[in-house]
Amino acid sequence: MHGSGIQIWFFIGVLLLIYGVLILGYGIFELATGSYPVGVQLTNLHTPIWWGGLLTALGVLYCVKFRPGRA
Amino acid sequence: MFGLLPVSIAAGSVSPLPALLAFSAAPMAHLSLLDMVVIAVYFGMVIWIGFYLKGRSNTSEEFFMAGREMTAWIAGLSFVSANLGSLELMGWAGSAYQYGILATHWYWIGAIPAMLFLGLVMMPFYYVSKTHSVPGYLFLRYGEHARVLAAVSFALEMILMSGVNMFAMAVVMKIVLGWSLTFSIVVSACAVTLYVALGGLRSAIFNEVLQFVLIWGGALLVPILGLYQAGGWSGLKTQIIKNVGTDSYFHMWRDTGHFAANPMGTHWTGIVLGLGFVISFGYWTTDFLVVQRVLAAHNLRAARMAPIIGSFFKMAVPFIVILPGLLGLVLLQNPDKSPMKLVGEDVVKSCTVNASADKIADPSGCAIAMSTKSNLSAAYQAKVLTGAPGTELHSYNDALPLMMVRYLGPGLLGLGITALIAGFMSGMAGNISAFSTVWTYDIYKPLINKKGSDSHYVLVGRLSILIGVAVSIGAGYLVQHAHGIMDYVQALFSFFIAPLLGAILMGMFWKRATAPAGFLGLLIGIVSSVSMFVWVKLDHAALGIVALYPDATDMAANLYRAWWAFSITVLVIFLVSLVTKPKPVSELDGLVYGATVLAKEEWVPFHKRVWVWALLAVCIFAALNIMFW
Repeated sequence: MHGSGIQIWFFIGVLLLIYGVLILGYGIFELATGSYPVGVQLTNLHTPIWWGGLLTALGVLYCVKFRPGRA
Repeated sequence: MFGLLPVSIAAGSVSPLPALLAFSAAPMAHLSLLDMVVIAVYFGMVIWIGFYLKGRSNTSEEFFMAGREMTAWIAGLSFVSANLGSLELMGWAGSAYQYGILATHWYWIGAIPAMLFLGLVMMPFYYVSKTHSVPGYLFLRYGEHARVLAAVSFALEMILMSGVNMFAMAVVMKIVLGWSLTFSIVVSACAVTLYVALGGLRSAIFNEVLQFVLIWGGALLVPILGLYQAGGWSGLKTQIIKNVGTDSYFHMWRDTGHFAANPMGTHWTGIVLGLGFVISFGYWTTDFLVVQRVLAAHNLRAARMAPIIGSFFKMAVPFIVILPGLLGLVLLQNPDKSPMKLVGEDVVKSCTVNASADKIADPSGCAIAMSTKSNLSAAYQAKVLTGAPGTELHSYNDALPLMMVRYLGPGLLGLGITALIAGFMSGMAGNISAFSTVWTYDIYKPLINKKGSDSHYVLVGRLSILIGVAVSIGAGYLVQHAHGIMDYVQALFSFFIAPLLGAILMGMFWKRATAPAGFLGLLIGIVSSVSMFVWVKLDHAALGIVALYPDATDMAANLYRAWWAFSITVLVIFLVSLVTKPKPVSELDGLVYGATVLAKEEWVPFHKRVWVWALLAVCIFAALNIMFW
């Protein structure tokens, strides 16, 4: 969007960052305790860790690149 | 956003969501605390966006047109996202389970040519005329009567669609999570009202972009993990061919030479003329719900580029929609680890469980439905009839949620559910924001109060959102208590889309088209579409005339009905124009091809030119169709 103010991409960055941290955190907890959800397939792939990590990285990138006040 | 729904959800078929409501099975999933936090964060974010944008939505141009300052990327993502609601995701995943890759036609030929045509050819006229809406264009071209007819029908449709969307979300949340209908309706209605009434179109667009990211973030894991487990694409193909005994599920065009040769029961002429031309062009180029997003672009080049950018994302959507449906064919399992077979909504409805007695309400009806309309094994049918635990029937539309539950654990499941909620809410927001614009600009301003101040119209727009949501809630509850109404509400969409396309194309590309001809063409086109629908409903043999094949599916009938309604509209406009007086060419500047001198666009490097990206989209589109021929 043109003009000043917060861009939509910053909001997206914040959301991805929060989700990434939550999911990555759960993935680490899952790995550390070895307690996996019942009925969910392919838990051996540790999806929350790499997907949460990816969301976190994208969130950080968008938050930094589109932070308010950045020229 | 219901224009391109699969037949199991769209107009004129069995009653889907109310039927599901009657089926009181246990919820598919239980959310953890983490999942609830993920959902709560989303609601917090959309309300934050609404309050933040309130200060930037003070004038009518800001409130209704988002200040016309969206970039091509934002307008493009919002444009494609307006048609990426949860009903579409779930419905088309279910259709892929039923029909295989044929369902992809609705994403490729049913969208890409029309999106490119809008960007390359039609957008200059919409944009240069500075109209606020599609009915507004009809006013400029054909006069007040055509505008009022289009505006009233569109406003009515938007309100009802919003109610249907709200109710559909509540039903899905009940089935998947066991939430009460009232809770889902109240929470979603409050959130949508708050952020659209505060931020107007800008807020709706922001949330659509947010929804687009959430859908990819929440749903992309399903095909990735599913393909991994199925042994890749070749493994998936091998298993499906082994299970169903044919490779038709992997061919989009090869088996469309005859109605009976493909699982969808349609012919390539219906796909090309009905879907690829009339329905697709009608939806993507004349439905104000999507066109409004592009009109909000900050200049003509951005407005032309937006649908072209959207076309690339649209071509990618089958990866998260069609693929999970195909994967469901080989990966879904019953609790006893036997392969799960999904069935039609009518079978699910026939096997409704009586919650108080915990038994099938109508065992004989259920037995007949299962034996005639499903390919469940005799042993499994017997288990269902005895009400054995874990033998609940699931419909085709459950394919995507079932796949989510299969692969997504705490947190990730919350993200997937949030993507579905976001899809529903942005759909409602789109309906309500488009309604508000058309109500204010095309009904209230010309017919009720022509001399209001700018701030007065913003106030009317905000109030219309409140009233619109209230009416939508009423419509939602009406649907709940009157099974079958939803199908007719959704059918409304298909009645208007083809005639509107005929009127706009004739007006935009034929200088001789006159105002009375435009109005009459639109009116007779709508009446003819409704008449064909009613005719087939009353006399099933009429299908042989309307759809050219007596055993054509409802899907095929929709495609051909659209083609006839379009043809009738064009013919009426042509004939009436010949005997009525046209406008002078000088009055058609900015409205009609050949009577408009478009300003030369600023020079941009080769790689930023609109036609270069359109050409690339055409090449990818052609390659995909050849690859999956």
